[in-house]
Amino acid sequence: MDPLLVLAQALNGIQFGVMLFLMAAGLTLVFGIMNLINLAHGSFYMVGAYAAAATFQATSSFLLALLAGIGAGAAVGILVEIVVFRRLYPRDHLDQVLATFGLILFFNEIVRMIWGPTALYATVPHFLAGQVEILPGAPYPAYRLAIIAVGLGVAALLYALVSKTRIGMMIRAGASDRVMVSALGVNVKVLYTLVFGLGAGLAALAGLMAGPIFTVESGMGENVLILAFVVIVIGGIGSIRGAFVASLLVGFVDTMGRAFLRPLLATVMANTAADNAGPALASMLIYLLMAAVLFFRPRGLFPPRTR
Amino acid sequence: MAEPLLSVTGLCRHFGGVVATDNVSLTIAEGELHAIIGPNGAGKTTLVAQLMGELRPHRGTIRLGDRDVTTMPSYRRSRRGIARSFQITSIFPEFTARDNIALAVQAHAGHNFRFWRAARTDPALRKPACAILDSVGLGHRADVPAATLAHGEQRLLEIAIALAARPRLLLLDEPMAGMAPEDAARMVRFLSQLKGKITLLLIEHDMDAVFALADRITVMVYGSVIASGTPGQIRANAEVRKAYLGEDELA
Amino acid sequence: MIMRKPGVVSSRALVTLVIIAVLALVPPVAATIGEGFYVDVFTRIMIFAIAALSLDIILGYGGMVSFGHAAYLGIGAYAVGILAFYGVDNGFLQFGTAILASAVAALFIGFVSLRTSGIYFIMITLAFAQMIYFLSISLNTYGGDNGLNIDRPSDFARLVNLSNATTLYYVVFAVLMLFLFLGQRLVNSRFGMVIRGAKSNERRMAAIGFPLLRYKLTAFVIAGAMCGVAGALLANQDLFVAPAVMQWTRSGEILMMVILGGMGTLVGPILGAVAFLALETVLSDLTGHWQAIMGPILVLVVLFARDGIFGLLSRIGVERSRG
Repeated sequence: MDPLLVLAQALNGIQFGVMLFLMAAGLTLVFGIMNLINLAHGSFYMVGAYAAAATFQATSSFLLALLAGIGAGAAVGILVEIVVFRRLYPRDHLDQVLATFGLILFFNEIVRMIWGPTALYATVPHFLAGQVEILPGAPYPAYRLAIIAVGLGVAALLYALVSKTRIGMMIRAGASDRVMVSALGVNVKVLYTLVFGLGAGLAALAGLMAGPIFTVESGMGENVLILAFVVIVIGGIGSIRGAFVASLLVGFVDTMGRAFLRPLLATVMANTAADNAGPALASMLIYLLMAAVLFFRPRGLFPPRTR
Repeated sequence: MAEPLLSVTGLCRHFGGVVATDNVSLTIAEGELHAIIGPNGAGKTTLVAQLMGELRPHRGTIRLGDRDVTTMPSYRRSRRGIARSFQITSIFPEFTARDNIALAVQAHAGHNFRFWRAARTDPALRKPACAILDSVGLGHRADVPAATLAHGEQRLLEIAIALAARPRLLLLDEPMAGMAPEDAARMVRFLSQLKGKITLLLIEHDMDAVFALADRITVMVYGSVIASGTPGQIRANAEVRKAYLGEDELA
Repeated sequence: MIMRKPGVVSSRALVTLVIIAVLALVPPVAATIGEGFYVDVFTRIMIFAIAALSLDIILGYGGMVSFGHAAYLGIGAYAVGILAFYGVDNGFLQFGTAILASAVAALFIGFVSLRTSGIYFIMITLAFAQMIYFLSISLNTYGGDNGLNIDRPSDFARLVNLSNATTLYYVVFAVLMLFLFLGQRLVNSRFGMVIRGAKSNERRMAAIGFPLLRYKLTAFVIAGAMCGVAGALLANQDLFVAPAVMQWTRSGEILMMVILGGMGTLVGPILGAVAFLALETVLSDLTGHWQAIMGPILVLVVLFARDGIFGLLSRIGVERSRG
């Protein structure tokens, strides 16, 4: 196997992993603090991608597209929090699942009504369009490197926010003791809305960065949403650290599996058999990983202490 | 002295940095009513959870008769004769009072993989359930959904569910919690009838009840046992008075 | 279990009888008014009613929020499709395989998922269903993403001809009635009391001596197998099977049918399937963007009409018997 190819695929795995982290971070924060499971989190990803792609097409400004994407995602998140989610916090998880399922149908259709049924094509901004030679003879798309950098940067910021700042203290307190937070005089309602907006903004950021790699289409958020679920289940629901580790793990395993499982199998079995078994196994790999983790640790790798 | 029914040795359990059970040792003889008292947070409920197998101790052993049950899951302990009631009423609110008991009867009747015959009209479950309800004085409320029973009645139902398992050792976690005085008196009468028939471990804050009912008393503070003895010995124990009974009228 | 006032009991029974009667009469009525396609529409509704009914046994009675129930629908459908692909159209064999395969999948999924609870359980069942969905996409031999055509419907020793829409309708009807009856026996049996107890108060169940995992897993497998039958029937109706049959939104729809009809009753899911698919049909006739209306309706149902249609009908029954 070509070591440079392995390196490129490994970077792809990390790039996919940090995107999953941006999704998973919001989900796990919202669950950890508000005890809410939100299927519509993928809708914020989609909204971010659409808003950014449309803005970029209209203005050719990367910066405006970035702001529009994150802004639209966060705004939709805050709006939905105020209109629907507030009523769902005290409900059981089944109700939350169903109501947010309804929201997904709504957002997918709204996006089709605004931008039409066909996919939008987002383009890479030209200053990131080229390749970077990471090792001699090993070019790698600059855009993907940029995604890795942004993802790691956001992870660091999030870590600093949660562990070092006053808001982070409130978030951590909220995760462990709701009553205490309100006793401290913190406006829990506003805190919840802000956290929700933050999560939605991160999802939108993931979506707008994913735009040029995948297609921007209605329902694009759902596959990545379910992968983000796998991530937070593996990481331990409510744990940012767990989400980060599990994101990279899932991104890496999935990418490497798709790239190398078939050739690997071909060394031990007939080519046609490997052609069938390789992709089938690769598509199941992360779910089997999840099953294995849960079998030994039913509450994930980093279960939060308070729950 | 005969072999004790329950013997706990060196039991330890902590949550993070908080020690909930600190090297607790304790024996209960067959037929005894053994009370555990102590201020809130003394680790009494945690102890019961470990005895029932809901919580695994970090160190120490629990023996029931000649059998080590330390690592046995709850349902097995239940089959070996341990049952418990919960401090916060833990019943099946949607079920009628009778169905609450019938389910507990069913647990020990075996045959739970029966898919065809209606359980609720099965005399093998219904008859013993009615008998147990009668014994706690809830016979006339058999068809009432448990959720709509009065608080005192729910507390009795709570104990009746545990009794339906026909335990040798019944762990009672504050059976009188939140009860009106007349209900509490009814409960004390019921417990004194029960006393001697099965072995009882009683956690209770109502000191009058404890000193009236108990054969022996163990006092816990901050997860450890500070004294154990007859009601008379406990009443006279200076350390107990200082640590727990304080300025109480018992003095 | 829950004591109902006599008026409610009779109104519930009445609702049940009316549904059964209406479903029994669909083909002759459709023939009379010359709208034969209603037979197809209601065949489909009843197939989803079977799926929803099977889900409600674990959800409404056992408290297990499985968000991956469409997987068994897909497994049942693919069992028929793949056997037909190899020229095996013996119905007993096809349906037997559908039941066995979905039961085995449920055993594996349940064994891992039931070690967890709450939100973990929801997400894990969803993830496993997604795994089976992607597996079906990667099966290029059987059409991959494009699916698999089925040449002939299942052949039950030439006793029934499933190519005839009316015959298929009554076969599906019979299966639905059978499952309704079996379900009724099951939830009231000793086993049924155990899973209902587990839903009501898991901790207490353990303390009175029930090792819950084995009972929940059994219920999970039974529900999966029942849903597998629905999948096999669906393959017979469509004469086609594709991964889309077990898309994750399908799991959400089945869940929604249960809630819409009324969770924890066996007739509720049937009503829910009728309501959900009828609403879908009506709205999609109205506008191409029907999901923009359907979505908010679902949100409103969850927020404000949690008892479902069956609960609503029963309440109306009470008020009438009081008035």
